[in-house]
Parts: sequence; structure tokens; C-alpha cells
Amino acid sequence: MRSVAVHFLLAICAAVALLPLLWLVSAAFKTTADLTAYIFFPWDDLRRLTTDNFSRLFSQQPFATWVINSLFLSSIHTILVVTLSSLGGFALAKYRFAGKRPLMLVMLGTMMLPGQVLLPSSYELMETLGWIDSFFAIIVPGAVSVFGMFLFMQAMQTVPDELVQAARVDGCSELRIWWEVALPIVRPMVGAYTLMAFLGSWNSFLWPQIVLQDERKYTLPIGLANMVASPEYQSDYGVLMAGTLLAVSPVVLLFFVMQRDFISGLASGAVKG
Amino acid sequence: MAITESSRPRQRLWATQARFSPYLFVAPFVLLFACFMVYPLLRSLFLSVHKSAGPDELEYIGAGNFAFLIRDRMFWWAVLNTLTFAFLFLAIQIPCSLLLAVILNNPRVRFKNAFRFAFFSTHLVGSVFVAVMFNILLGGRTGVVNQALARIRGWVVGTPLEFLAPGAEPIGFLTDPNWTMPAILVAALYLSVGYGMVYFLAALQAVDRELYEAADVDGASRIQKFWHVTIPGIKPVLVFLTLIGMIGSLQLFELPYVLFGGSGPNSRALTIVMYLFGNGFEQGNLGYASAVGWALVVLVAALSIIQLRLRRVTAG
Repeated sequence: MRSVAVHFLLAICAAVALLPLLWLVSAAFKTTADLTAYIFFPWDDLRRLTTDNFSRLFSQQPFATWVINSLFLSSIHTILVVTLSSLGGFALAKYRFAGKRPLMLVMLGTMMLPGQVLLPSSYELMETLGWIDSFFAIIVPGAVSVFGMFLFMQAMQTVPDELVQAARVDGCSELRIWWEVALPIVRPMVGAYTLMAFLGSWNSFLWPQIVLQDERKYTLPIGLANMVASPEYQSDYGVLMAGTLLAVSPVVLLFFVMQRDFISGLASGAVKG
Repeated sequence: MAITESSRPRQRLWATQARFSPYLFVAPFVLLFACFMVYPLLRSLFLSVHKSAGPDELEYIGAGNFAFLIRDRMFWWAVLNTLTFAFLFLAIQIPCSLLLAVILNNPRVRFKNAFRFAFFSTHLVGSVFVAVMFNILLGGRTGVVNQALARIRGWVVGTPLEFLAPGAEPIGFLTDPNWTMPAILVAALYLSVGYGMVYFLAALQAVDRELYEAADVDGASRIQKFWHVTIPGIKPVLVFLTLIGMIGSLQLFELPYVLFGGSGPNSRALTIVMYLFGNGFEQGNLGYASAVGWALVVLVAALSIIQLRLRRVTAG
């Protein structure tokens, strides 16, 4: 009996989490008239569902361009930040070198800092470099992550020194040791951090909103935030929801495929920390 | 002979790559870190003592920005909104996440992974997309929540349950100042309760089983076990979630900004970061925006220190 009650309670909570997403899917496929007539799907006649919202989305807005921009920026960001953080984290964990302690102290000092304090001066720097309205403004500063460095430093400490030494004796270059010895050992962390970096970049809003100005350079969050602000889509929101659905689904799918890696990585960091 | 002759420079090259590789490995990071974090950080200190209107017009005004900040009612309004949000958010999020995790951790619960995925999926949506969704769900006359409330009213009125019926007037979730904070909270909790639950669940699974068995031997009740075994066992995660929840709440921006298309009715949705954004990038005063940024730094540091002190006091 008790376990039935517990499952019932959990089912209600799951419904609270999933109903808005179900509604999102339904709204994306409904006609404008059906948006107000039905809260969810028009169950009595499902043939009324339409893909019209999607075709209007792609014809009224440069939505395809936003998708490509988002995919491009998030992929580049992920590749760069995972590579640089794992390489740097490996050096911090496995080598002694001059300037290591001061470097780590400065990094620690910036770790807790709310990043928004850097917005005005970074904007000024982008103006000086001529990177306003350029993807460089997003790609280049985004490639460093103090958090990522520390995450990989912690993970790389589990790589046995004997293994590194053995590879060295066998004539492995240091770069190959990183690539062929260390990275495979911290694979779960690479998976988790890849997903985290992609997710963060895919959803990022404030900095791109500041530096990107041309509509054709927008990413999905900026494009959709601008659409929601225009009165046109407030009543005819099927188009807006079609866009939101397309923006959200890749991330949910990616997570679904990589879920085990991600949750274990997320949790191991917290429990140890 | 020939072999040693040719291998000596190669050996030297090999020794060189071994010696210099750690520097090469951190070099890209250090270079970018210096240019795009350390330099802007120092530069923002410089900007905060200047008045600026446009890129090339800087005027040194000493502590002028900070003196103005102290008397700036709008700034304190933003601080009040942000702190209210942070407090209410944590007071609801932490217990809800923990409760869900405790329920889900029960060994008799089935479909554990499915439930966990359902709860966590909301976090994947991202705050801008959640804000876009809730803008439509809560907004306007046609807002879906009002539509649903009207339907519930239709079912309930005329039955003995009539006292439960919602009012006939649609609620102005996004236009009535009294509903501003609840609207932001609902969207923020939707994003993060499941996320907190994943952390708590991992922590609960790591609590030593033997401690529970020992407590059973001592005849401890369920509630005693929760307070004396579970809570101390998950304390690091509890502290971690409270700290990052607080720091994240103080940086609240896109959720209210997109939900209300700005600072909301009577500026009830104005947050510190939104105020920084407005001053710096809508009015073009990068100096004052930097000063607001440093005020945020001070606030985050002060509250983090207080929280860590409290933790030490309760631990001791």
C-alpha cells in the first residue's frame, strides 16, 4: 500500500516536470485556432495537427541560420575548452614546473568571482580588437575555463605515475602520454565535461546578446528571446513554440544518449568535493 | 660510432621536449586567461573609478561611482529583489530536492532511472528556453495556466468542492506586481529542483549502510535516523548546493529578463545583473556598470563567507 502511495506521489512530480514539455510539443503542432481551443492535443481529431508552424518559422525568421550558428559555436567551444582544460589539467596534475603555484593561486582567486563583473571591460576589449558582432568574441574568450582546468586536474591525479613513467621509458612523447595514456583513463570525466560544456554554450545568453548584433549572427537563445519580445508571436505562439522545441530537443537527445556518463561525472565531482 | 653520433642531438631534442612540454601544455590556457580574464579584471577596477559615455570618453571621478551607488535607490531595489529571490529560492529548492531524492532512494521504488530522467530533464531545457515557455504559459489573457484554471473552475463550481474554485478573473502573472516574484520562482524551481535532486541522490547512495544498521540496533526512529545519520552523511553536498544555489541566485538575469521582457511591472523583476546590463549596454556607462559589478563581487564574497562560517559553527 505504502509503496503504491510513494509511486503515486513520484508520478505526480514527474507529471509536473513533464507536462510543460508535453504542452510545448502540442503547441508546436497546433493550428493558431486550436492553441486557445485546446490546452494540449486536439484528441478528438488528431488530423488537425500541422507542421505549418515549422514552415512559417523557417520562412519568417532566419531560423536555419540560428541553428547553424548555435551548432557551430557550441561545437567549437566544446572542442576547444575540453582540449585546453584536459591538457592544462594534465600539466597541473602530473608535472612540476616553475610558476605553477602562483598560477594556481590566481586561478583560485578568479574561481568564485561572478563573471558578470567582467562584462563591461570585456566589451571594451572586444571593441578594441574589432570583434563586436564577430564569432571571435564568443569563441576565443570562451576557450578558457578555470573550472574545467581544476576538474581535469583532479581527474588526472588518478592517473598512476608508474604508467606515465613506463610510457616515457617506452619512448612516448609527453603529448602522446596525454593523448594515449591519461585521456583514456579519465574518459568518464571527458564525457561529462563535454556534455556540460556543450550544454552551457548552447544555452548561453548574456554575452552573445551583448556582442552579437546582426540578426543573421544570432544564436538560438537570442533569436527566440527576441521573438518572444515581439507582440506578433504573443498571440500566435505556435511558431515560437516550434522554435523552442527545435532548440531544446538536440540537448535532451544528446543527454539521453550520454546520461550515465553525465550523471556519474556530475555526482562524483560533488561527492568528492 | 655512427649511431651514437646521430642519436646525440636526437637525445637532446627528446630531453628538451620532456622539459618544456608542461609549459607548452599550459601556455594556451595561460595566454587566454591573461588576456580575457586577468586583464579585463584589472581593467574593470580601472573603469569603476571612471565615468564613461561611449568608448573613448573616460573621465576620472575617483570613488564617484561608488558614492553614487550607495545613494542609488534603483540599485538597492535590485539588491532587495535579488536577495529576496535568493532566499526564497533556496528555502524551497533545497527541501524539495532533498525530499524527492529521499523518496527516490527508497529501495522499493521501481523505474528509478525513468523518474530520475524525468526530474532532471527540466534542467536541460536551459533558462532562456524555460523563460520563453513560461512567458506563454503564464502570459496574457490567453495564457495557458489561466485557461486551465478557468476549466478547473468550470468543473468545480456547483459541486461540494466549490470552495476550491479559482477566481473567475484571469491572474496577471506577468502584469500584476504581486505575482512577479512567484512567477520567477516557479520558473527557477522548474529548472533546478531536479538538478538538486540528482546531487542529493548520489550523496544518499554514498552514505555508509552500516551507520543505518547501527542506528537500528540502537532503536532509532526513522526521523532520528534522518537527522543523525542522513543529514551528517550528505552534509558536503548540502553545503555545496546551498553555496552554488546562492551564488547562482545572486547572478540571476536571463530568466526574469526574457520572462518579463525587461524589469517587469514596477521593476519588481529588476536584478543586480539586469541593472548592470542596463547601465552598461543600454545606457553605455561602462564605468558605472563596472562599479555595480564590483558591488556584486562584494555581496557574493560576503554571503559566501557568512555561509561558510555558519557551517563551521554548526559543525563545531
